[in-house]
Amino acid sequence: MSANKPLPDGPDWTFDLLEDYHQAIAEVAKLYRLDTYPNQIEVITAEQMMDAYSSVGMPIGYNHWSYGKKFIQTEQTYKRGQMGLAYEIVINSSPCIAYLMEENTLPMQALVMAHACYGHNSFFKNNYLFKTWTDASSIIDYLVFAKNYISECEARYGVDEVEEILDSCHALMNYGVDRYKRPTPISMEEEKSRQQARTEYLQSQINELWRTIPTKQKDETLKSVKFPASPEENILYFIEKNAPLLETWQREIIRIVRKISQYFYPQKQTQVMNEGWATFWHYTIMNHLYDHGQITEKVLLEVLHSHTSVVMQPEYNSPYYSGINPYALGFAMMRDIRRICEHPTPEDCRWFPDIAGKDWLETLHFAMHNFKDESFIAQYLSPQVIRDFKLFTLHDDDKKPYLEIDAIHDEQGYQDIRSALSAQYNLSNIEPNIQVYNVALRGDRSLTLRYVPHQGIPLADSLDEVLKHLHRLWGFEVVLEQVNPSGKVEILGRCPPAP
Amino acid sequence: MAHFIDRRLNGKNKSAVNRQRFLRRYKKQIKEAVSDAVNQRSIQDLEASENISIPQRDINEPFFHQGQGGDRQRVLPGNDQFTKGDKVERPPQGQGSGSGDGDASDSGEGQDEFQFNISKDEYLDILFDDLELPNLQETDVDQLIEYKTSRAGFTNDGVPSNINIVRSLQSSLARRIAMGASKRSRLRELTTRLEEARNDPHCPQQDIVALEQEVEELKKMLAAIPFIDTFDLKFNNFVKTPVPSTQAVMFCLMDVSGSMDQATKDMAKRFFLLLYLFLTRSYEKIEVVFIRHHTQAKEVDEHEFFYSQETGGTIVSSALQLTKEIIEERYPPSQWNIYAAQASDGDNWADDSPKCRQLLDKHLLPAVRHYSYIEITSRAHQTLWHEYAELSQQYANFAIRHVKHAEEILPTFRDLFAKKVA
Repeated sequence: MSANKPLPDGPDWTFDLLEDYHQAIAEVAKLYRLDTYPNQIEVITAEQMMDAYSSVGMPIGYNHWSYGKKFIQTEQTYKRGQMGLAYEIVINSSPCIAYLMEENTLPMQALVMAHACYGHNSFFKNNYLFKTWTDASSIIDYLVFAKNYISECEARYGVDEVEEILDSCHALMNYGVDRYKRPTPISMEEEKSRQQARTEYLQSQINELWRTIPTKQKDETLKSVKFPASPEENILYFIEKNAPLLETWQREIIRIVRKISQYFYPQKQTQVMNEGWATFWHYTIMNHLYDHGQITEKVLLEVLHSHTSVVMQPEYNSPYYSGINPYALGFAMMRDIRRICEHPTPEDCRWFPDIAGKDWLETLHFAMHNFKDESFIAQYLSPQVIRDFKLFTLHDDDKKPYLEIDAIHDEQGYQDIRSALSAQYNLSNIEPNIQVYNVALRGDRSLTLRYVPHQGIPLADSLDEVLKHLHRLWGFEVVLEQVNPSGKVEILGRCPPAP
Repeated sequence: MAHFIDRRLNGKNKSAVNRQRFLRRYKKQIKEAVSDAVNQRSIQDLEASENISIPQRDINEPFFHQGQGGDRQRVLPGNDQFTKGDKVERPPQGQGSGSGDGDASDSGEGQDEFQFNISKDEYLDILFDDLELPNLQETDVDQLIEYKTSRAGFTNDGVPSNINIVRSLQSSLARRIAMGASKRSRLRELTTRLEEARNDPHCPQQDIVALEQEVEELKKMLAAIPFIDTFDLKFNNFVKTPVPSTQAVMFCLMDVSGSMDQATKDMAKRFFLLLYLFLTRSYEKIEVVFIRHHTQAKEVDEHEFFYSQETGGTIVSSALQLTKEIIEERYPPSQWNIYAAQASDGDNWADDSPKCRQLLDKHLLPAVRHYSYIEITSRAHQTLWHEYAELSQQYANFAIRHVKHAEEILPTFRDLFAKKVA
């Protein structure tokens, strides 16, 4: 027990108090070996929070109407009181930027600092997906580069032109990601010089295209050759490199959107873990501070009050139900791992022989470092958590007139529920599998994409609109095919539509 | 270690550009919504901010995603009644399902419209977009005799009320320093010498007395430097500059004879209001004169203008005559930008119409910036329209339009003031 007097309990905060709290939190975090980027904590107003919201977590975003739409939406729902603003936004950058909202009370600010500056921050720095796919130190520089480049293009080619390209890129943003190839992070200077080089190179390519001296055609065999040789999943990348009619600056804009999409890709795959980790740590850190007499009961109670509303999981038939709450599930699983380590039951020993009774901090760090939502659930979802959440699986086959309950929280069901929930977080089950299949190199240059349905789930109607965007980028006919399980190929849509 | 930054003082309108981009992109839809709103709005709040809704499908950002159907398995929390193998009836489409497939694409059920609020300024901007006041460029500067007084530095003379105290005391201080400088340095020198002489036992007494005398004299002279002198005084200077007249007067002329019913009057009122709002965008100060007429014209207040019911025949020239008189009496065209709008159902005594034409031709049209006439009727045109039609050929600042329904008011207005390509 520390003999020190507890920190003042607010409710109003001052910068000095924030420093004191931060100091206390940082010490506890060190105790639990939370390894973080340096923190940059910014205090902002509610309006600024809405601004930050609508730029989808980018501290510096290029201008686009869709962000304006998001801003208006946020503002409307906030004004109508349908939604409180999030307490915090944190950005995967180094230094790690966390926003504190001015209106929050002192205990809330402490909660946010523990949650964002030590929870999320350590996750960003240590999770394998973030380590591989993002480079926290260069993202701000890159966003600045992107913003400047795009506004330069607007000045040179007109706002409408740029907007069209951006619209089309946004429509395909989910397909601007390398899922298997690992990128190497590059800095802003490199990015700039590379861009220069690309421009020059592309210019020389164009000259090649306009050469008037005919070359002898000796590639009769080429006719049968497919291009690309194997299907390409990164559609934006393919277009950037291969679309025949695009100008250099348009390719560069495609590249920018692609890069940003790639930057957010790990976040999409680690929602449960990331939020669970951060929630677990604000809970643990605040409790630790209370146990050591550093904060008063008043502070802890306020923290717990918002903590419990964050980790609430409404039942499937509740009017508030909107899917599984990643905070609730993540937090429950993190706590459960600690419980399994500290107080294993015979059941735990059977299910988790490798971690039951081990050092909990070590185990938890290992889990955070090496998993994403899908694998994390497959590895660590315990019968205990399944029982606590009363999870069950619902089988919805459109060939049958009814829905069927496949598994519930009982001995036979645990394994099924675990794999079903894991699959639910597998992006390749959620995002339609569409790849560039072929380009008619010797023909009309039409681009063929192939959709392989997952368990017979069809593509939504929006595909016609997306094809229009794709057509704008590609410049020639675009065809989307579907490969049925029988191997039969049918055409889902084309743009321009067949006469 | 952590670094705290207070960003609250930074601008909050980081999204303003994006918001403008959004409004720009959906200008067409927003314009439609605004026009609808103008027609539906009660007249009192015609210039408040506006809730705009545009169809959700127009602003959707499409992307590839999974549709309904197929073979799916979902994990749901809170099992309260099911056991393995239970079969449940499929809930009606769009109920209870749709969640859990990762993308919130089908959120916002039951809200087909994207609703948002635009401010009063944005609303008026959109409402009067592409419109301009005609004939503004013909304003002759020499006609304008309005002046604006503005500060223009400082002078050495003026009336006491314009004394600039700071400047005056500055120059007083400067003068005092300048005039006393040599005396003060001499004084300092003598004081030290006096000090030395007093400390020196060998110094003769008369030297000390002489020194003391000189010091006394210098002190007197220093005290005699006046604290303030007349040439220290500085006065604020003002100059008058001619400015373009920013005041306008708008004449509303309306027929209130028995043939004009309340609906017709409401339509006329919309037109007058639009014109008024439009003028407020160009002029700082606007006066409105309401003139109603049947067989006689009368200047009335707003309420009486729109709501009192009269009966009787119609002599339009009486109103024009009154307008002419009021202009001569109170609003010299050299100082006022005069606008007039006349609304009528087209009824007039047949032999009065040529008189109207003459009045307009001789007196009114040369004096006004713009004169618009709207005829609200579903019947055939009568003499007044024909006379006016001929006149409108001759004058660029005279426009006549025919309106049948309330929805046509805004388009008619837009048509009247549409930007002419030069």
